[in-house]
Amino acid sequence: MSQGWIEVCEVGEIDEEDVIRFDHGAVSLAVYRSDKDKYYATDGFCTHERVHLSDGLVMGSVIECPKHNGRFDYTTGAAKKTPACEALKTYPVQIEAGKVYVQID
Amino acid sequence: MSASHQKRDYSLSGPEGKLAQERGLASAEWYATPIPRKRMKELMQRRNGPAIRDTVIWLSLLIGFGYLAYLSWGTWWALPAFLAYGILYSSPGDSRWHECGHGTAFKTPWMNEWVYQFASFLVLRPATPWRWSHTRHHTDTYIVGRDPEIAQPRPPVWKIIMLEIMHLYAGPRDIKRMFMHCFGIIDKGEKEYIPPAEYRKTFWESRVYVLIFAALIATCIYTSSILPAMFIVLPSFYGSILVLVFGLTQHVGLNEDVLDHRLNTRTIYMNPVFRFLYWNMNYHIEHHMFPMVPYHALPKLHAEMKADCPPPSPGLASAFKDVVTALLKQRKDPTYTIERELPATAQPYLVGPTTNGGMKDVAGMD
Repeated sequence: MSQGWIEVCEVGEIDEEDVIRFDHGAVSLAVYRSDKDKYYATDGFCTHERVHLSDGLVMGSVIECPKHNGRFDYTTGAAKKTPACEALKTYPVQIEAGKVYVQID
Repeated sequence: MSASHQKRDYSLSGPEGKLAQERGLASAEWYATPIPRKRMKELMQRRNGPAIRDTVIWLSLLIGFGYLAYLSWGTWWALPAFLAYGILYSSPGDSRWHECGHGTAFKTPWMNEWVYQFASFLVLRPATPWRWSHTRHHTDTYIVGRDPEIAQPRPPVWKIIMLEIMHLYAGPRDIKRMFMHCFGIIDKGEKEYIPPAEYRKTFWESRVYVLIFAALIATCIYTSSILPAMFIVLPSFYGSILVLVFGLTQHVGLNEDVLDHRLNTRTIYMNPVFRFLYWNMNYHIEHHMFPMVPYHALPKLHAEMKADCPPPSPGLASAFKDVVTALLKQRKDPTYTIERELPATAQPYLVGPTTNGGMKDVAGMD
């Protein structure tokens, strides 16, 4: 894997249609596995309040904040429901040799 | 646990809000009972079935008692008939407003939104402002100067409690705000939690409410009778007693300015009738700690959490007695707070932030 890619976990460590928290230095991410077995990563904290999305519910391509029902499309980062109004930053994800990697700036 | 004997400013635009921010109490990280992720996912799953069933039952009861009330108009039977109608109008109106506002009652988003808008009108709460008010209530539960939904300050204001038996404090306040919204004015306190992007929606919702009021008044004048208003708008006043009792028992008498819902929120065991009216909000610690668990899953969540929580109040009467006792004591001693022991199986209470960003327990408070 080229420079800038950080190993997150083994592919089986995230259930289908679920999310985990991944902390790297000062950055905290939410890493998702969709119901179509694709992987995505976004900033970990909701843009409305500092609540980590890894405790939220994944429904299709949507992650719901566990505190206030704000919703995002985690494949694009777009805010889909108030009180979330600002989009999440997304990060590139790759799968290689059975492991999930994310590229952090 | 509050150290100050001075009268505090509970407004959102006063100095307490800034103080709460400085103390790390605003938008802070709260204690959460550890529950396995797999189980939490099961508990958070959305379903339409329970809420559709309960909504059909509620509206059927409302129509049925409304018909009885109509038939009894002009007789003494109208008193119990309208009381029952009013309670069925206000109390489930309040709980459906609440649950649909959280977006958890139904699986289908538009069902939550429709029932939310309908119930908001029933309880005379401008829909968008109250959605944001309640969002803040969950961010900063009973943090003075931050939470717009603190039921009573310390010392309590008895006049407000007495007026709220007939919803005569918050009702007129919210109607006044609706008229302000009609003219594009947002109340100073509301500006603290409603983002400007939501103002336009707020104004149009209130204009619709006011149009309905106008149509209702015209109908009453045309029919020379108050009867039409006895079926809409007025029930939110004369039928609001349970809204007050349920509302006071949620947090009153417990701690302010803590970051653990086990310290500032009360879970109460209730009978099935009250639980239907209240949509299981008697499991209030559970609801605040995990607000994305739908009302129908709260009894299961309670079973997961009870070993980590203070014992629930055994009934509504017992909880209300505790509240009244606390309010009476807080008249003379505003710092009086009900302390509840945790079971041996529980994690210690966590009350507030420390300078290193972690949290300290009760023992560290002095």
